[in-house]
Amino acid sequence: MGEGTIIVKELDSGFKYRVTEEPGGEHLMRCYACGTCTASCPVRAIEESFNPRKIIRMTILGMKDEVLNSDFVWLCSTCYACQERCPQDVVITELMNALKNIAVKEGIVHPGIASQAQEILKFGRVYEIDDFANKKREKLGLPSLKSDSKEVETIFKSTGIDKYIAKLEEEK
Amino acid sequence: MKYAFFLGCTIPARAMNYEISTRKIATKLGIELVDLLDFSCCGLPVKSVDFFTSVVMAAKNIAVAEEKGLDMCILCNGCAVTLVEANHLLKHDEEMKKRVNKELEKIGREFKGTIETKHLAKILYEDVGVDKIKKEIKHPLEDFKFAAHYGCHYFKPSVVYERFDDPEFPVSLDKLIEATGAPPVQYSTKTDCCGGGILAVSQDIALKMTKTKLDELHEKQIDAMISICPFCSVMYDANQKSIEKDFEGDYNIPILYYPQALGLALGIPPDELEFKRNRIKPKEMIQRFNEKYAVPAEKPKE
Repeated sequence: MGEGTIIVKELDSGFKYRVTEEPGGEHLMRCYACGTCTASCPVRAIEESFNPRKIIRMTILGMKDEVLNSDFVWLCSTCYACQERCPQDVVITELMNALKNIAVKEGIVHPGIASQAQEILKFGRVYEIDDFANKKREKLGLPSLKSDSKEVETIFKSTGIDKYIAKLEEEK
Repeated sequence: MKYAFFLGCTIPARAMNYEISTRKIATKLGIELVDLLDFSCCGLPVKSVDFFTSVVMAAKNIAVAEEKGLDMCILCNGCAVTLVEANHLLKHDEEMKKRVNKELEKIGREFKGTIETKHLAKILYEDVGVDKIKKEIKHPLEDFKFAAHYGCHYFKPSVVYERFDDPEFPVSLDKLIEATGAPPVQYSTKTDCCGGGILAVSQDIALKMTKTKLDELHEKQIDAMISICPFCSVMYDANQKSIEKDFEGDYNIPILYYPQALGLALGIPPDELEFKRNRIKPKEMIQRFNEKYAVPAEKPKE
């Protein structure tokens, strides 16, 4: 069978329901494939392989591995252009986020996204504010800031995302 | 007017010119900004890892401001969309609020839903008002051409922002620019995304997205693009030179934060507005400003 052939027995027919249960994925099945999203997408304007309509169709068909393992899940810039224009209110930007969240649970995450989450777990913020940074702020007449991750750590542990991030650390 | 001042992560690390100029114009306009030490990351960067965790993080920050009984003043579009989305969701979804508060209980906090979460530009537009700003202008910037860059997350998703501006043809920042006396330049890529959201995923695609707008603004021969988001500014200002290098362009377009431009118009001396921290220096523009309003180059601070 040639490239681009969809093999029905390899499809995961339950995948679409997993997506509609994920926050942001609820309206997946409303899509009637008009392509307004793809025409509006600024990422698509540059990178042909990123095609929101196709991603939605693949998701509905149950092409789970192809969707979750592709780089393109991570390429949504979250500009909301498609979401604002979608005539079926598929809430596409949030749907893309739902796919990312499912990928993470399957152990797939872009390293750039993972390392940011690790910084936040360490410092409570994306960039550490250390004594040096606070001295600099003081010189400029600005109040000190705190890099305290205690609350963030408690939240991450409680919701369980610390596990996913830790797993990524090992992989790195 | 009093707000809890939410800086987020990027501003203290990479955009102190935005922070400093905001504090200056706030003083001029009678806005009191209260710094709260317990703020942490807004939650946006973990949204793509786990949506619920990002809502809990946002709710935590909102709870910190609620404890002081203050609405929030937010400078970053990314922080704004995250905090506004969480605030909107939790004010409308009792079940979600219960779930989030169960998490917040573990750190001794509670989301009540008693405050507003607002971007600085929205505060200037709605709470201060364009008319009041116009009355305060000392040095109208009528000789300069500015192009507004809103940044996607400033007004979208329009549902959570309750459509305070048009998601296809926004006007609020143009009106704020107009208030400084400068005519806002109209251009077709105004609502284009800066690409910042995928910089960590694909630098090549992200920078090409940034380039699209720089190309058009180059043709429009503007004096500066006006930004209200530190991440958009990272893309257009901090990355402008590498875009020029990678794609053989020649832009030299200064990217100013709105409070820097407004500060000039309000009569704050240019050297107090931290233009030295902008990567693309608005040298020529400041020179013309100083000549017109006879501001000595090294005027001692008041």
